[in-house]
Order: sequence, then structure tokens, then C-alpha cells
Amino acid sequence: MSSKPPLSATHYVAPLDETPLVAIDKVSVDKKPSNLYIDAWRDMRKRILFYVAGLGVLLVVIVAAFPTLFTSLDPTDCFLNFSNDPPSDGHPLGFTKQGCDVYARIVYGTRSSLSVGLIVTAIVTVLGIVIGALAGFYGRWVDAVLSRIGDIFFAIPYILAAVVIMSVVPREDRTILVLSLAIGFFAWPSTARVLRGQILSVKSSDFVMSATALGVSRFRTLLRHVLPNSIAPVIVITTIGLGGAIVAEATLSFLGIGLPSDVMSWGKDIAQAQFDLRNNPMTLIYPSIALSVTVLSFILMGEVVRDALDPKARARR
Amino acid sequence: MVWYILRRLLQVIPVFFGATLLIYFMVFALPGDPIIALGGDRGLNPAVAAALRAEYNLDQPFIVQYLIFVGGIFVGDFGTSFSGQPVSEILAATFPVTLRLALLAVTIESVAGILIGLVSGLRKGKLFDSSALVVSLIFISVPIFVTAFVAQYVFGIQLGWARTTVGTDAPWADLILPAFVLASVSFAYIVRLTRTSVIENLNEDFVRTATAKGLSRRRVIRVHILRNSMIPVVTYIGTDFGLLMVGATVTEGIFNVPGVGRTLYQAIIRSEAPTVVSFVTVMVIIYLVANLLVDILYGFLDPRIRYVK
Repeated sequence: MSSKPPLSATHYVAPLDETPLVAIDKVSVDKKPSNLYIDAWRDMRKRILFYVAGLGVLLVVIVAAFPTLFTSLDPTDCFLNFSNDPPSDGHPLGFTKQGCDVYARIVYGTRSSLSVGLIVTAIVTVLGIVIGALAGFYGRWVDAVLSRIGDIFFAIPYILAAVVIMSVVPREDRTILVLSLAIGFFAWPSTARVLRGQILSVKSSDFVMSATALGVSRFRTLLRHVLPNSIAPVIVITTIGLGGAIVAEATLSFLGIGLPSDVMSWGKDIAQAQFDLRNNPMTLIYPSIALSVTVLSFILMGEVVRDALDPKARARR
Repeated sequence: MVWYILRRLLQVIPVFFGATLLIYFMVFALPGDPIIALGGDRGLNPAVAAALRAEYNLDQPFIVQYLIFVGGIFVGDFGTSFSGQPVSEILAATFPVTLRLALLAVTIESVAGILIGLVSGLRKGKLFDSSALVVSLIFISVPIFVTAFVAQYVFGIQLGWARTTVGTDAPWADLILPAFVLASVSFAYIVRLTRTSVIENLNEDFVRTATAKGLSRRRVIRVHILRNSMIPVVTYIGTDFGLLMVGATVTEGIFNVPGVGRTLYQAIIRSEAPTVVSFVTVMVIIYLVANLLVDILYGFLDPRIRYVK
């Protein structure tokens, strides 16, 4: 009786390390699980631009929180005999026409800009997320109604809407909060649109269907499964929008319908310096630089975040 | 095509009524009073205030005021400005100037933006590309009134190439500097948008096919890449009119261009709230009409848009 030859003699059997099975063995159980945000964070920390933007943002926040660390002068202490004087000891950037210290005014103006920027961003993010999420997730008539409302708000450029509101609001009511509400109330549609679009594409994912199959309620599905997976573009648009809100504040203050006269504002200082453009341009240039660098820091940060969160953007750089 | 235009027209009607109603409702519901605001800090004589209120129909119920206003728009009556001149008359005098400024700005931003964006996209990661990205980011960050003053200072005062204020009949030569300022922000967005779509189109199959069948690189870039990259840019220019309106207000105010924007700018500075409301409404209408026109034009350019349900 001849026994059957072993299988390996008649058939080719691949060694284990040439089969797909080896991939299973290669998975390290101890490795920390990664997700979009961890990957993005790792990617961001490798970029010089992240540190440039981060430094700018950090500086703005510190100056806004602790202005006295940077100057011991009172920005409202103005002496007409220093009118349009060049820089001198203790006054590195010279004086305005009213004899105020330019540097001190810039330092104290930071807080107004950042406050308006943060409050507007909070309003826009809350309104945009609520409206965009409801419209995108529930669809049908909810979407139809909310999207049409969004179209109407979108038709009025938000700075022009704020111009109307601030022109009507009495002078004594023009506070940081009112100004932020006036800007934020019309700036939300773009955030809502972006989130709605994202939710529409996430909604049909398998994990949403499995959540539904497991009996998770609609609202909980939205909150726990759909929103966290659609929020990335909102983070990007929010960071860039913060810069936009600061520009809006400066523009309105420049037009004289922004913050009241007892609050420091770069836009207002630029408006006052415009008439001395010929003989003392630096009183206009310095607050302009502060304003532009602040906005640039936030927009740059938004770009870095976008590059990190969006794999398509990563390929483009 | 007819159906496409009709559909777009039907879409714009509710937005038009909604937006004008919203502006009117804001003015009506806010705690402030446009007539009192006219008096500034000292306040108005009650009799004067009442007469002004009657003149602007502000003593009527809200919805009547709104209907009077909307009815007026359809017969070309936009109300009366604070100086007593009909808004439609001011518009007739100022709109052509703004239109010329806007045309100049849109030409500058699209020609320069598309060219630089194209070269940037084709040379991804090279020195030209990186510098274009940095410069565009700076243009996006610097508020338009700062750009305006810097341009005024450098080109008007230091170099003396241009006049810092525009003459009464706004000759084209005087409009060039304000047009560049007005174009600056959108220019930066167009550079980035074109660059992005050029990079994406470079990897498309139709570009590879075109190269494979032996077309010259020049022709591939001009016909296959550039044309397809312009589609998002045209859309952007349509939505960009909102930014252009705000920009025109500030730029025309600073350069003293006798256009619609300067009228609004001066009304804001002098806190003439009723005039501000009229002109913002006018600008919103211009914005809607411009958007509609670009959308219709877009339907002609890109057949895919026409048939989207």
C-alpha cells in the first residue's frame, strides 16, 4: 500500500509571511487607536506654519488678557502738547494727533478685537451648528424651511446687515455684546451650509445605519454618531471666521458705528488717523499692522487646521 | 435653458421679499429709532420728529410701511434720502460710476488672479507658488480700508503716480487705483481657488488622455486645464458681489469716488439711519440681481448646471 503523498508535494502552499494572514499578526494590540483628530494633531505639530500662527494667536490672547504686562501707561491719558510727536523714551511708537500714546492704545485695543471675535464666533458656531445639523439630518420640510431662511440671511452681506443694525441702535447701547450680536446674527449661514452638506454625505454611512438598527434614537444618532463625524469642516471655517469677525468689528468701528468712544478699538484709531495720512502716517500704520497681524494669525491657523483635517488639502500643499 | 432661467427667477423671488422684509423688520423691532438717531446726542424737537415720521411713513403699522416700500421699488421709487433728494435720482447719478469701478475691479481680480493661480498650480511647491500663497494670505488678512490707506500713501503721496481722490466725473484713469484696492481681497481668493482646481485637474484622466494623444503642453494647459479650472472661479465671482458691495462702500468713501458706495459711506458717517437703510436695501437688490445674472450666464457656460434637478 503506498500512502498518499503529502499535500505540499502536489500543491503549492505559500509560506505564512507571503499570505494576507500576516497582516493580522502585524497589528499591534498595544498601539493607541488613532482617529482623524489625533492624526491631524500629529500632522500639525510637524509644520512651521503651525508654530508661526500659534505664536501670533498666543500673543494676541496674552496681550488681551493682561494689557498691563505690556504697558504701564493709560491709553486715555492724552496731552495735546505731545500732538503728533515722534517716538521718544517710553513711547516707542510716538503720539496721535490728540497726544495719546500709540503703543498703549494698540495694547488696550487688542481686548476689544479679540472679545468681538470670540463672541461672534460663539454665536455663529451655535446658530450654524444647530440650524445646519437640523436641516441636514432631518431633511424634508425641516431642511426646506431652514435652508430658505438661510438663503434670505445669506442674501444680506453680514457687514451691511450690521451697518443697518448699528446705525439704528442708539449710541449709548453700542456695546461689545450688541456689536457682536449684530455681526453674528447674519454671519451663520455659511457655517450652516457647510455642516448641512457634510451631514448629508455622512448620513448614508454604514455606522449610521448600524446605530439605527441597534435602536438608537434619531436625536442620539445625530448627537453621538453623525455630528462628531461631520464637524471637521466647521472647525476650519470657525477659525478662519474669527479673523473675519475681527475685520468686521474694525470696519464698523472705522465707519464710526462700532464700539463707543470710551472703548479702545484699532478700527476707530485708524479712522482718526486717516486725516493725518500726509504728515504723520505712522499713527495709521501701527494699528493697521496690529490688526492685520492678528487677523493673519487666525486665518493662518485656520489654513493649517484645514490642511491637517482634509486629506485632499494635504495632497495640494 | 428657458426652464433653467425660470427656475432661478422663481428661486430669487422669495429671497428678495424675505431679505427686504428682514431689513425692515430689524429697523422696526430694534430698540433704537432711526428718526431719534438723526438728532444725534442732543435729540430732536418732538414736532420735527413727528413730521419726519409722517414723511417716511413711520407712523404707519409695520406691514403697511413694508408694502409701501416694496410697492415703490417696482415703480423705481426707493424713497427719499435725508437731504430730500429721491434715492432713485441719486442712484441714477452714482450707479454708473460704481458699475465702472466694479467692472474694472472684477477684470483686474479675474485676469491677475487666474493667471497667477494657474502658474502657481502648475509649479506646485516651487518658490513662485509659495510666494503667491503667502502674498494671497496677506491680502486676505489685511482689511480693505488698510489696503486703501496704504495704497493712497504709497502710490498717491510718496510716489505721486495716482491721485488720492477721484474727480467729480470719475475719469477711468482716476479709478485705476481704487479698482486695484477693491480687487485685492477677491484677487487673493481667486488665486487660491484657481491654484486648487488646477492641481486637481492636473491629475484628471482627461488631462492624461490629452497628453497621451500628443497634444502640446501649451494646448493641454489652455484648453483642458484652464477651461475646467475656471468653473469654480466663475461661481466664486458670482457670490463675490457681496464682498464687493462692502468693499465698494469703504473704497469709494476713502477715495472719494462719486458712486453708490460713497453715498452709503457718508450716510453712515453722518448717522443718517433712514438713508443707510434705503441704500443697504438697494445694495442687497443689486447683489441679488448680479448673482442671478451670473447664475444665468453660468448656465450658458456649463451645460451640466442647466440640467441639475
